[in-house]
Amino acid sequence: MLSVNHVSKQYAGKKALDDVSLQAEAGSVLGLLGPNGAGKTSLIRIITMITAPDEGEVLFNGQKMHSGLLSSIGYLPEERGLYRKMSIQDQALFFGRLKGLDTKTCQRELDAWSERLDMTGWKKKRLDELSKGMQQKVQFVLTVLHKPRLLILDEPFTGFDPVNAEIIKQEILRLRDEGAAILLSTHRMESVEELCDRISLINNSRMILEGPVNEVRERYRIHEFALEYSGELPRQGNTWTLISQEHKLDGKHRAVISCEEDQRENKLLKELSDLVHIHSFTEKLPSIKEIFIQTVAEKS
Amino acid sequence: MKNILYVTQREYLTRVRKKSFIIMTLLGPVLLAGFYGLIFWLAISDMGGKEVRLVQVVDRSGVFAEGIENSGTMHYIVESPAPAPAKDTLPPEEGYYGKLIIPEDFSIDAPSGARFISEKSLSIMDQESMENQLESTIKRMKLTRAGLRSETLDSLKTHVKVASSKISQDGELKSNDTMVNAGAGFIGAFLIYLFIFLYGVQVMKGVAEEKSNRIVEVIISSLKPFELMMGKILGVAAVGLTQVLIWVCLSGVLMFAITGVIGSQAVDPQMAQQAMEQSGRSVPPGIEQSGFLSALFQLDFTLLLGGFLFYFVTGYLLYSAMFAAIASAVDSETDTQQFMFPVTIPLIFSIVVAQTVVIKDPTGTLATWFSMIPLTSPIVMMVRLPFGVPGWQLLLSMIFMIFGFIAITWLAARIYRVGILMYGKKATWRELFKWMLYRG
Repeated sequence: MLSVNHVSKQYAGKKALDDVSLQAEAGSVLGLLGPNGAGKTSLIRIITMITAPDEGEVLFNGQKMHSGLLSSIGYLPEERGLYRKMSIQDQALFFGRLKGLDTKTCQRELDAWSERLDMTGWKKKRLDELSKGMQQKVQFVLTVLHKPRLLILDEPFTGFDPVNAEIIKQEILRLRDEGAAILLSTHRMESVEELCDRISLINNSRMILEGPVNEVRERYRIHEFALEYSGELPRQGNTWTLISQEHKLDGKHRAVISCEEDQRENKLLKELSDLVHIHSFTEKLPSIKEIFIQTVAEKS
Repeated sequence: MKNILYVTQREYLTRVRKKSFIIMTLLGPVLLAGFYGLIFWLAISDMGGKEVRLVQVVDRSGVFAEGIENSGTMHYIVESPAPAPAKDTLPPEEGYYGKLIIPEDFSIDAPSGARFISEKSLSIMDQESMENQLESTIKRMKLTRAGLRSETLDSLKTHVKVASSKISQDGELKSNDTMVNAGAGFIGAFLIYLFIFLYGVQVMKGVAEEKSNRIVEVIISSLKPFELMMGKILGVAAVGLTQVLIWVCLSGVLMFAITGVIGSQAVDPQMAQQAMEQSGRSVPPGIEQSGFLSALFQLDFTLLLGGFLFYFVTGYLLYSAMFAAIASAVDSETDTQQFMFPVTIPLIFSIVVAQTVVIKDPTGTLATWFSMIPLTSPIVMMVRLPFGVPGWQLLLSMIFMIFGFIAITWLAARIYRVGILMYGKKATWRELFKWMLYRG
């Protein structure tokens, strides 16, 4: 659905983006990751046509991005902002109409979302009469009111308590299931693992890592396995070395072992099961957070 | 285009629904009418009911033995014989406004040394009146000494009025009065000046608020920054026009009512005329009431109103685009001051030029040039209009104004689109110039 091809952007002699490319597919969530100042916001602003790229292009459903396509995009910026003295209904009408909705559809969608997010009775209230969390909810609703085909969310969980964060998370997944392409920019790595199908990691204005979440984790595998067992495990085997061990009172123990790179899991499991009674055996893949820190540190 | 309309509509509705707008719109004419009523009342009191002040004249020279000519507000009681000099330093007797002491060596050929003593300080007007009356009395004495009779002196009073008329190409004559022209032009120019500031500042505040509230990023992911800027400017313009229209209507009604009420109670035309004669005042030289009204009605109101609307709207659009660009470049409204002053210099300058150069010589080179430059023409051309401006000059000025507005709005929009997303950076003039050149 969204295709960013070799985009570069420079501000006052400083490169904000350097030959960045990414793809976001319909019905999937793409995590846009990167440390502060890496160029994520610059990229989002280019996708939403707030600024233009110096080089490269942005395609939306194969079409070069133009202002007529903006109504298919919903953008929730990290720095939230709505009119404080305006009623929720008037704001919905204003933003909805800017996105091409008519008055009736705006009203209908606002009612539907109000019911879904437990916001009934808020319509006539001014924004400054609501709590911060409520304001965040309103901002989210106004972003998705026009049923965007591409939804760009920059830190969507900021300001939400765990209960409301979960509600928003479920809504994002529902929108994904309904076919929207979602670009999620966040520093909350647990959200990335829970929500994203793919990730793109930008550092120092360049794309340094890209791919499906599981594939990326596989790519960064460290060949460590966690096992739960009964019996006496030696410190070293033919193809493995014990890294850590934890003894439990019920006779079941836990251990993490490291094996050689070309070692096959089945062979390793067979060797271990000859030594002890195995209750569970899982490969310890690095978390996205660990990959993020490692990659950014390496490239810096 | 549709987006500009939505932004305009939002700006308009949000602003006209505000309590402050409703209060100011309703209160404005009341204040204006109140102010007008006060001036009218003061004028009437001044004409008809002003208290006559008695001046005790201690004439040691004997020059004014036959008295001093009274004015409408000051009557002179010459004391004869004059009291002892020791009493000169005493306050004036009860019932007197003050004591005018004419020294012994005072003569009509060397009229110096006169002093006035009073408990309250003498106003400029009263001092001037007193000097005028003394001069007039002395002048009359000198003329009598030269052998002229009192009747001859009266017959010397001459009043000449030159009626000014404009003649058109086809020979049609129109009554023309410089004071009326200057007044009409200056009122129009001053209103444009006032409204540009009043509503231009609202645009500036609105932009600064959107920037500091971070709404901008949400909005401009749906429309172009230019559309947002124009929508805001047009929305405030619509608010301004609404407010002005309501003010004009309400003020008209209120002033009519006040004039009627006060006028019927206090003004008897004959009495007013009498009061004016008594006071020794006359309508300004060259203006007789019928001539004044005739000149007023001879003004081309269609041209003036059309010119006012054109220069008000385009002038406001031009300046508010600059105000919007300034507000977009700073993080808070308080930082706008450094940019505001240079931008408003042409506006302030043109009102100064209008008051001096243009009114003195409305067809001069300077006036013509300033009425062509888009930054000064809304004010200067408005002052020139009642005096008659050649059609080609007016057309050229309007064309320049339209192109000036387009060019300045375009440049302002280029600053705006960059500035609106720039946070935490102290903008300088150099920076603003660089923003104009940025791509995309």
